[in-house]
Parts: sequence; structure tokens; C-alpha cells
Amino acid sequence: MATKVLAGVTVEVNEEGFLVNPADWTKEIAAELAKEEGIAELTEAHWKVIDFSRQSAGTSGAAPTLRGITSGSGVSTKELFSLFPKGPAKKVAKIAGLGKPEGCV
Amino acid sequence: MKKIVILGAGTAGTMAANHLTRLMDLDEWQITIVDEDPIHYYQAGYIFVPFGKANPNRLMKQKKNYLPSKVRALQQKVELIQPENNKVILADKTILDYDFLVIATGCDIYPEETPGLAEHEWGKSIHSFYTLKTAVALEEKMRNFQGGRIVVNVVENPIKCPVAPMEFLMLADSYFTQKGIRDRVELIYATPNSGAFTKPVASKLIGDMLDRKNINVEADFYIDRADPDAKKIISYDERELEYDLLVSVPLNKGSDVIGKSGLGDDLNYVAVNKSTFLSDNFDNIFVLGDAANAPTSKAGAVAHYATEMFVENFKHYIEGKPLEEKFDGHTNCFIESGYGKGVLLDFNYEQEPLPGRFPVPGIGPFALLQESRLNHIGKLSFEWMYWNILMHGRKVPLAPTMSMAGKWTDWEKRFNIA
Ligand SMILES: Cc1cc2nc3c(=O)[nH]c(=O)nc-3n(C[C@H](O)[C@H](O)[C@H](O)COP(=O)(O)OP(=O)(O)OC[C@H]3O[C@@H](n4cnc5c(N)ncnc54)[C@H](O)[C@@H]3O)c2cc1C
Repeated sequence: MATKVLAGVTVEVNEEGFLVNPADWTKEIAAELAKEEGIAELTEAHWKVIDFSRQSAGTSGAAPTLRGITSGSGVSTKELFSLFPKGPAKKVAKIAGLGKPEGCV
Repeated sequence: MKKIVILGAGTAGTMAANHLTRLMDLDEWQITIVDEDPIHYYQAGYIFVPFGKANPNRLMKQKKNYLPSKVRALQQKVELIQPENNKVILADKTILDYDFLVIATGCDIYPEETPGLAEHEWGKSIHSFYTLKTAVALEEKMRNFQGGRIVVNVVENPIKCPVAPMEFLMLADSYFTQKGIRDRVELIYATPNSGAFTKPVASKLIGDMLDRKNINVEADFYIDRADPDAKKIISYDERELEYDLLVSVPLNKGSDVIGKSGLGDDLNYVAVNKSTFLSDNFDNIFVLGDAANAPTSKAGAVAHYATEMFVENFKHYIEGKPLEEKFDGHTNCFIESGYGKGVLLDFNYEQEPLPGRFPVPGIGPFALLQESRLNHIGKLSFEWMYWNILMHGRKVPLAPTMSMAGKWTDWEKRFNIA
């Protein structure tokens, strides 16, 4: 497993740059991961989604689906796409330090 | 008498019923299984139906022929589960008490959840193949197709058998080539994923498989709605894709009864421990197969490994011992790639698919992550194994957990990839 320095901390990441241990996550790491995904600054609206996703993952570390995010956080799908362009579910999962959403081969 | 109630007599429920009948002392335990539909469908065969390569009748069997006679089988819809009271209520108002509940109600398609899909063009220019009925309707459409653009769209993940949409496209490529009209057919795969294959090694080795077959991928495409009159689908970021034939893999969701009983997440999947399939919230409920929220592929192969693991565990669990056997997310799936060939993937929660040989290291006969004729034959013979071995609760000589033996971690060297 590869390691990487994010916000001054050495953390384990998988081949696609997702954190291996959700417990390693900090807000500073989130900001750096967001930059990797082309999001220069995390606004309050971004945080609402990230906080919800961390909460919903709980101890399992499983990232919520797109539907899970919209129904749980109250942010509409359209809005999600403007906050996290292209693949919001995957981007949110990565920035929130969670595993890649299921269903991908 | 202590009672085990199994909900759903599909892939997982049927296997669980057979294994448990053999394992439990039936003087002490009563096993009941409930399903509303008398027919057991071989869903992995649906993919061949639109191409006229599988007789629909062959894919349907009577459920009762695969259930042990010592199990009480009820043909009823499950209306409600009351996990706090250990009760299940059926449509005819029968109340079943249980000591242990096994939920195996699977998942199904919900085209009505996407505006425009299941409206006046459903069954005309908009089709699916995720149920036997839709696959049969699509066969006629494909037979009469004279040319134009076919878009295969996955509405949202997770879906049953995540590779099936790609298999459909590759089989379509070979189907229209054989008909001599491939040059008049455009094939497009619109997926919410970031590409056809997203795991690094697989995308490196077989990522260009669709390209080579001239199948275009529209990645990161999350459908918002279909416009059935203008014949186009529109994504949330306002990308539009026109089609002559839309083959939709509609939203997959768990059974409604899961949601109604307060046991499900937003897609009606039950929260479980991904290694033991024990419900997160009730210590006498196990959830097997597609009904669980475990981050596995929703596939019969997974249901099979998971059920064998569950049965081993259950024996100890009822004696008050811990759940020792751990499921590692082991999945293998055959991908039909057209022209009588296929690719085999073998992976688990931690390990992405790698090339190599399976199940015997170095020998195979199946080739992992490479196209071969034998892989296609493997897929076809799985149907026989399904009905004659798995559904009778007999064991196949394959370990339920994944093995690294036979996998080529040095694949880059072997294939001369820098
Ligand atoms: C097109 C397609 C291709 C596939 N290809 C493959 C493949 O190549 N390889 C592979 O391994 N897997 C494949 N699969 C997936 C595989 O078929 C499923 O993962 C597997 O059948 C899941 O088993 P299950 O027991 O969880 O659910 P199912 O077998 O679907 O059984 C669920 C049962 O529950 C019953 N039920 C649900 N709700 C209720 C209720 N309220 N009351 C009473 N009964 C109820 C249903 O009637 C059904 O019989 C494919 C699936 C599809 C659709």
C-alpha cells in the first residue's frame, strides 16, 4: 500500500489516492484532496455535503451513494454537480476520506 | 421448536434453505421459506436473450423443485417485518414468529424512478434486459433493428452484475457484425462511472476492449431524465445523448418490504457487517445476497460464497460462539466479450482484479483478465452448475475466500508493460 504526505501528515492511500483509513482524515487533508480533484476552495456548501457523508459512513467507512447524499443532506443533485463537477459521489467520497463508492469494477 | 424463517427463495435463499436443512437438527428446528413468485429465474442467462441465444423457458424453473421437502415453503408476499417482535407478516395476514431471520429478498429494477423512462415509449424505443420480460421484448426489437444509435445507460450504482451492460454492448457488436449491419449501428455506453473499468489494473489491461470494438463510452453520465419524444437522455450536468434505441439499466433497489419495515437505507438495502452478514441492528437477522448493503458486487457468485460462509458461522453462532468465519468480498465474474469469447475477473474487498490463471494456479483452465474461448465456455457451464450443484446446496470445490495463488502480481513484467 502506498503512502503519501497530505497536509504534513503521512497517510496510507490506495492506487487511486483514496485514504485507506478513514480515521486518518482531517479537515486539512480534505482541503488538499479537494485541490487534487480540481476544487480550489471548500465552501460552506461543500462542507455540508462532506460532513453529512462522514456522518453517514459511521464506523463502516462506506461512502454514501449519490441518492444517499441528496436525500440525507438536503442538497439537490443539480447543486451537487455544480459543487463537485463530473462524478460527485466519487469526489465526495475521496475528499471525505471514505472508500470509493461501491459498484465499480 | 426453534424457528428459522428465510425471506426470498432466489439464489441466496434457496442455497441457505438447502444448507440449513442439512446442518440443523430438524427435530429441534423448523425452517420456513417464503417467496411470492413460484418461478426461480436464472438471471445470469438474461444477457443472452436479446440476441436470441437463450430460450427464455430454459431460464425459468419451479422454485419448489429446488427446495428441500423438509422445509416449509409458503408462496406469499412478505408484507412487513417486525424485527423488534421477531415477527414477519405475510399478505394473507399469516404471522410467522422466528428465532432467526434470513433476509434474501434481492433487488429489482425501478424504471419509474427516472422521469421519462417507464412512460409511453417503454417497450418501444426504450428497453431493458434486467428482467426476463424486458429481455424478451428487447429480443424482438434487436431482431428488427435496421441501424441507428443504441445507447446503453446505467441509471445509478450499485446494480446487479455491474459488467452486464458492457457485456450487452460487446455482444451487440458481434451480433450486428454477424448480421452484416455493424457499420450502420452506433454503440454507446453512458455510465455514471468514470470509465468502463475503473480499477487500475483492469482498466490498463482490458480498458481498451470497448474501444477496439468501436463502442464509445460517455463517462460520468448521471441521467436526470429521458425525453421519450425527442429520444434523448439528459444528464444532471445537462449533457444530452440522442438515441434510436435506449437500453436502460434502471435504478436497482432492494425490496419495498425492507423500506416499509424500517430496515433499509435510501435504496432499501439492509445494513450488515460486510464480513459476517449479520444485521448491524438486530443480532438474530442475517442478510444474504443482493438485499444486503455490503460493498460487494451484487452477483450470484457472491451470494454463493457468502451463503456458504454464513452457514459455517451459523452453526457456531447458535451455540453462543463468535462469528469466526470472515467473508473477504470474494467475487468472480465472467464477462462475455462477443465472438464466443469471455474474460474472467477474480477479486475481493481489498484486492483488485489481476491477470493470471483460475482456479488452478498456473494451469487454469480459465484466464484472468484476458479474453479467451474457455472463459466463454465457463460462463455457459455456470448455468449447469447453478441448477445442479449450487441450488441443491452442494459445495463446489472452490474456496469461498479469494486466493492470491495463480494471480500475477508481476503482470507488468510478463506483459512487457513499463
Ligand atoms: C441481467 C443480469 C445478469 C446477471 N449476470 C450475472 C452473472 O453473470 N453472474 C452472477 O454471479 N450474477 C449475475 N447476476 C446477478 C444474480 O442473478 C443476482 O445477484 C442473484 O440472483 C442474487 O440473489 P438473491 O438471492 O440475493 O436475489 P434473487 O435471486 O433475486 O431472489 C430474491 C427473491 O426474493 C423474492 N422477494 C422479494 N421481495 C419479496 C417479498 N416482499 N415477498 C416475497 N418474496 C419476495 C423474489 O421473488 C425473489 O425470488 C445477473 C443479474 C442480472 C439481472
